[in-house]
Amino acid sequence: MNDYIGIFLAVLLALLVAPHAQRRADVTWDAVSRIKFVQRNGVALSTYLILAVLIWVVFMIILPQLYMVNFSFRHNLPLADVGGPKDTLTLDNYRYLLFGRENDEELLNWLHLKIFFKTIGVSVLVTIADFAICYPIAYYMAQVARGGGARLLVLCLIIPFWVNEILRAFAFRILFGTSGVINAVLIGLGITDQGIDFLRADVGLYAGLTYAYILLMIFPLYNAIESLDHNQIEAARDLGSSWLRIHRRVVMPHAKPGIASGCTMVFMLVAGALAAPQILGGPSSLWFTQVIYQWFFTGLNWPQGSAYAFVLLATSIVFVMSVMRVFKVRFGEIAK
Amino acid sequence: MSADVELDHVTIRFGDFTAVDDANLRIEEGEFFSFLGPSGCGKTTILRAISGFLDPTEGEVRIGGRNMFGIGPNKRPTALIFQNLALFPLMSVADNIAFGLEVRGVSKYERRKRADELLSLTALTGQGDKLVSALSGGQRQRVAIARALAVEPEVLLLDEPLSALDLKLRQHMRTELRAIQRRVGITFIYITHDQGEALTMSDRIAVMSQGVIQQISTGADIYDNPATPFVASFVGENNPFFGSITNVDDDYAVIDTRFGALRGRNDGGLRPGNEAVLFIRPESLTLADDAGDRENTIESIVLNEAFEGAVRHIYFRGENGKNITLSVTHDGTARSFAEGDTARIAFPPARAVVLPRGPLADE
Repeated sequence: MNDYIGIFLAVLLALLVAPHAQRRADVTWDAVSRIKFVQRNGVALSTYLILAVLIWVVFMIILPQLYMVNFSFRHNLPLADVGGPKDTLTLDNYRYLLFGRENDEELLNWLHLKIFFKTIGVSVLVTIADFAICYPIAYYMAQVARGGGARLLVLCLIIPFWVNEILRAFAFRILFGTSGVINAVLIGLGITDQGIDFLRADVGLYAGLTYAYILLMIFPLYNAIESLDHNQIEAARDLGSSWLRIHRRVVMPHAKPGIASGCTMVFMLVAGALAAPQILGGPSSLWFTQVIYQWFFTGLNWPQGSAYAFVLLATSIVFVMSVMRVFKVRFGEIAK
Repeated sequence: MSADVELDHVTIRFGDFTAVDDANLRIEEGEFFSFLGPSGCGKTTILRAISGFLDPTEGEVRIGGRNMFGIGPNKRPTALIFQNLALFPLMSVADNIAFGLEVRGVSKYERRKRADELLSLTALTGQGDKLVSALSGGQRQRVAIARALAVEPEVLLLDEPLSALDLKLRQHMRTELRAIQRRVGITFIYITHDQGEALTMSDRIAVMSQGVIQQISTGADIYDNPATPFVASFVGENNPFFGSITNVDDDYAVIDTRFGALRGRNDGGLRPGNEAVLFIRPESLTLADDAGDRENTIESIVLNEAFEGAVRHIYFRGENGKNITLSVTHDGTARSFAEGDTARIAFPPARAVVLPRGPLADE
């Protein structure tokens, strides 16, 4: 009986609300159609664009990340206890990275902190190395090479990246292994009589990481340098400038947004790389992402893994922002 | 300090293409010298060879008597002003001007002092701290000049620097450039396709076509005594009459054209039977009202008139669909014509030149 009254009231309410809602819809519709974005792209395309971006940002980026942030402040509990009285917020996971186990002899968790700082430090070095390697190539492609030559160079750069990451990493193992190509050459030339263990010294890893993100450095640099009027270079040259000064005073200031964008991308990706460290890393050294990986998949401690991952992410962002500040690059410029 | 520039049989080739063919000339110290020609005639190539961005395939470029082969643009006593000016957009006006001094290791204080001097020379006082983008077209022009003068070049090279300006400003900048050149006293080498610029500013002009220097002389001489049909038709307006020489006497030649026998100066020593072309300027043509059978009189049909203010152009039907242009001063004495009227026009032989047949400049 109650059900019928409920249905009756619902229908009545709907009838009362409908004309009002109709009017509101008209007004809303009017307001929507006046928005420039909608006028320019049409209703269908605008809806698609807004929805697609919204779904991408909210459902694929923000929500899962928030979920992980939440995770990082929880205890690692068996499924039965989740949501129970033991499921409280905690900073233990972050504390662990800094101080390790409570009854440890050492004050700080040096094992993980060292790995963390090494990861950040090496990422900086790899980024600098990539910039040093790519800047001359990008400059050559953008300002010196003509037509066919430039295209050929771009192809030569792109095609090796069709080979997948794992395969490339293993190729570097073959290059740098104790009985690998480089050692064979060195022994052949008589420079050394037994193979040098490049992999144990992490040389293979650094080379692999440097190589892996070269394209992400070259293309932003190329785009930025390409838009520089060649006459400016000639004008500087004509006024007596050395090549070094031309690059420092004319080309690099112009290419600053591209340099920032390339360096940011390479730094973030190197700091967050997993495959190359897994394959090329020496047996006694770990990349911070490998520690995170271990928490998730070996330790089965997701809250701890999330906390580590977030420390890495936050540090990377803060680091990038401060470097950009030092070099006076505005955030909007790197999207140019 | 100023220096002379010599091109000693300079030829510049790009693969099979000859951009400059045996250019041989000497530009005096402190001279305002222009290279005038249509685009693609090789004038910019010559400029790049003088400034050091390329070296000649054959021959020598000498500045102040010194062979410049293999000396880069940063080591030559020249400064170049680019067509698009190529100012540095991320630097202040003063930093732009002082860039050449910065390169030479001049102290910051000295640089600023010199920049301020040059700013006042170019009437830009107080604009030093602005960005280039905040200046007007004419001001940017002057910044470019100041930047080039800052390095105290012995030769200043200018690659059509006025072409981006509007007409009024362009005319103003001509006077200004000439005045700056007189004040600093260095050699100016000016590249342009605009004969007005070349004629108003230059001490001497080299007219170029297809990599070949056609004539080197003062503006008035080039205008009055063109050396080739190209020069005659490229510099100023000119009416060509084609034909062959029938008679030669003293300094004059008679050429048989579709409009009858016409007489003009024969400076090139043409012989009877030579294919030739007679040029007469629109302002040297007069309307011959009397019906008498005078020398150098042409009868033709009026096509239309164009009123330009100080002058009025009357267009007559010429050869092969080309017009004959007659210009009269608009002083109220010349009568008006309607389309289709027949009129007689005449010119004095001393104002007409007869040249050997050759290519004309395309309109």
